[in-house]
Amino acid sequence: MMSDTPLLEISNLRIAFRSGRRAMVDAVKGVSFQVLRNATVALVGESGSGKSVSSLAVMGLLPADSAVIAPDSRILFDGRDLLALSAAERRALCGKEIAMIFQEPMSSLNPVFTVGAQIAEVLRLHMGMSAAQARRRTLELLDEVGIPDPATRIDAYPSQMSGGQQQRVMIAMAIACEPRLLIADEPTTALDVTIQKQILELIARLQKRHAMAVLFITHDLGLVSEIADHVIVMRHGEVREAGPARAVLDRPQDGYTKALLHCRPSLDARPWHLPVIADYLAGAEPQRYAGGDIAEGQGVTPLHPLERQRGSGPDDEPLLVVSNLSKSFYQREGWFGKREFQAVKDVSFTLARGKTLGVVGESGSGKTTVGLTLLRLHQASGGSALFDGRDLLAMSAREFQAYKRRIQIIFQNPYASLNPRFTVGQILLEPMRIHRIGAGERERIALAHQLLEKVGLPASAFQRYPHEFSGGQRQRIAIARCLTMQPEILVCDESVSALDVSVQAQVLNLLQDLQDEFGLSYIFISHDLSVVKYIADQVMVMHQGAVVEMADSDQLYRDPRHPYTRALLAAIPRHG
Amino acid sequence: MTAVVHAGSPGLWLLAWRRLRADRVAMASLAVVAAFLLMLVLSASGLIVADWEAEVGVNYAPPGFVGAAAASNEVPVAPMQALPDNPFDPLADDIRALRAQLAGAGSVEMYGVADPLADDMAQLRGAGPGAEAAPRAGAGRRPTLPFGGDKWGHDVIKKTIKGGETSIVVGLVAALLAVSLGTLFGALSGYWGGVVDDCFNWFYSIFTAIPSVLMILAVAAVLQQKGVLTIVLILGLTGWTGPYRLIRAEYIKHKSREYVLAADAIGASHWSKMFTHIFPNVSHVALVQMSILVVGFIKAEVILSFLGFGVPVGVVSWGSMLNEAQNELILGRWWQLTAAAIAMALLVTAFSLFTDALRDALDPKVK
Repeated sequence: MMSDTPLLEISNLRIAFRSGRRAMVDAVKGVSFQVLRNATVALVGESGSGKSVSSLAVMGLLPADSAVIAPDSRILFDGRDLLALSAAERRALCGKEIAMIFQEPMSSLNPVFTVGAQIAEVLRLHMGMSAAQARRRTLELLDEVGIPDPATRIDAYPSQMSGGQQQRVMIAMAIACEPRLLIADEPTTALDVTIQKQILELIARLQKRHAMAVLFITHDLGLVSEIADHVIVMRHGEVREAGPARAVLDRPQDGYTKALLHCRPSLDARPWHLPVIADYLAGAEPQRYAGGDIAEGQGVTPLHPLERQRGSGPDDEPLLVVSNLSKSFYQREGWFGKREFQAVKDVSFTLARGKTLGVVGESGSGKTTVGLTLLRLHQASGGSALFDGRDLLAMSAREFQAYKRRIQIIFQNPYASLNPRFTVGQILLEPMRIHRIGAGERERIALAHQLLEKVGLPASAFQRYPHEFSGGQRQRIAIARCLTMQPEILVCDESVSALDVSVQAQVLNLLQDLQDEFGLSYIFISHDLSVVKYIADQVMVMHQGAVVEMADSDQLYRDPRHPYTRALLAAIPRHG
Repeated sequence: MTAVVHAGSPGLWLLAWRRLRADRVAMASLAVVAAFLLMLVLSASGLIVADWEAEVGVNYAPPGFVGAAAASNEVPVAPMQALPDNPFDPLADDIRALRAQLAGAGSVEMYGVADPLADDMAQLRGAGPGAEAAPRAGAGRRPTLPFGGDKWGHDVIKKTIKGGETSIVVGLVAALLAVSLGTLFGALSGYWGGVVDDCFNWFYSIFTAIPSVLMILAVAAVLQQKGVLTIVLILGLTGWTGPYRLIRAEYIKHKSREYVLAADAIGASHWSKMFTHIFPNVSHVALVQMSILVVGFIKAEVILSFLGFGVPVGVVSWGSMLNEAQNELILGRWWQLTAAAIAMALLVTAFSLFTDALRDALDPKVK
């Protein structure tokens, strides 16, 4: 310890953004916290909590024309007030003393320069190295962050590297000048779960070796126990709870922290309904394992006493039988040649009525392609999908039109899957008009209102546009759109992955209620093993286009057979 | 434009209208555009400026605010001065001899041929001065006009309003035609891809490979008649390439977006995906192209008129006014040029601002 003063001390930080001509929106409302030397502090919160805005304020990266920092806010770095420094002094400090890693390595690296040139630029700028010195140091750095064969990879362009390698390059760039504070803004969110584990280990190792302080920003409390000494939980621009990681995770004091910990489905329990954030914020504390005594708070729905049982049985009625489904993409090569890329190889499964099939895999495993091919949004290269004895893949487009009503899809990104120029009403009425559902326009409008109520949206939503809703609400709109057609099979393509933890639980509960009520069958595609464990009866693990393992979900998680499945399960961050 | 505001699905358009109402610049520019359109309708139906061809002022009557004295009716002619003799001119003697001969002859040598029209000419010359003097003095041709007069003494303001009829119609209709064609082709090409895209791209390459003036002349030669409709067709049929390229790119980008996949999944037809789902999301490109082309086409009509493919004789347009103004400007008669230029600048600026605001108003995401 060099001294007892904290490395970074933020006191009463208040940031507001201009919106429109006069209105101001408070993003951060009086936040204070410290980062001690040589410590890792995790800043946890959902979208809109102000965690990223706070860290950008430390780096001085907030948009100068719209962000206003209150005059009594203080950001002390090693005793110097960052907010009082001139722009030039600030620039000299950032990158050298304070470095930052961003969420998206793909867009944080400049695609037209080699990674070597981009790391060397930092070294030459801040350390005043010559070109040769910088190159030598860059090689060392690439080696240190675990890039294989740095001597050749130094001249690679970012697009020639995988996402995990790109993030490693970003980290190399950040630690190039031996910063004393490293700010990591959701550095693993865009990465696969096995890569995430490696990157976390890398950051932890570098933190020890270089004696840095790390401010780790994440939405996932599960990661915290793996990396942080201290935790700060933020919500709506305020600190809800702060303390040593162990204490906060094991004995959370604040309702919101408890909710965050419990809203995520866990691997070892499957309650009838997931607890949602409102349960905790209302003050009442629902029992997680309701073994007889049910929490009876005012206005709080008591948890169902039973755990949900999952799995397949011999008397399941098969609804969709897929066999040897394959899909190849072709890339043109030369004049006549083409190269085949097999995205899906010989995938076979049976989906039973009223059951959920989970499809798990990392990016590039072909799980999304399976879903899109079943809906004929991609043309299958081979195989069959028997639905009620008819092959969906061999039908003419006209014949398939009638089946579109019965098999529907919910996409990952609720921001992209709703037409921004349609009102919610138009979005819901369109499929009913196409398939002539309802006797007339009046009946359709009534039906649309019913569905809005069913998915938990107010009737006023009918007139509004998608952008006026939050991510979770938009996903509800997308679900309502599918329900207008009363489908039998719903393909959920990463449908809850883009949502905040608390919202995720609500949407999962909604999907579960709908299954209970209408007997829907789900094909639930996700990279998130905990979510799949919670919702799926059967789980299919995909790797590089092929199915590596398929089993009932309880069995798969208890006794994984395939080494790849084991690796996936081992990479899940868990606390406790 | 106002007619469009009420068409289509009421929700979106009503909302767009409310947003436009809140935008002061948009409303001002809409008022200017509407005023021009109103003027166009009134003059086309003969309610105003039907008498624009009346020769109410003296030739090149100056604007009233300048006053008659500032620019007298007579063209100042420098008195002819005998050039000093050039001592080195080898032909100096011959020229001197010729001059002496001319002075001696006094009139043009007729080479012994009797002019068959000599009597008629003499008659005309006798009647001429009187006939010309009558309207000038008798019918009260005014020495000044509110914004000046042209060569024949037409009121420039009325002429500008009448000329706007042609120019605005040419600009708006031709731009609408070009953007519609470009959008339709671009949508088909970008949405379907493959062979359809290849065919349209070949077609596009041919159109852009030929120099634009040559292209215009070729279309003009095929149509073989002069008139406003011809100009509209020429400009519309050659101007679709720009919008085509941009719209095609937008469709390629949008067709793989999730909302289009979702529309596919619910069973929306290709036509509906192309024009109900994607088009509203790329309409800003078409609108911006529209405003650029309107401006370009009003100017292009000038060029066509200059090349002789423009409006027929007897029809006035801003283009033909600018064309006349070239010669007048040398004589210091600036008002016809100014009038046409102000009218054009006003309309074009207002139209650009309005389409810009309309684009924002149609985007539900922009607050």
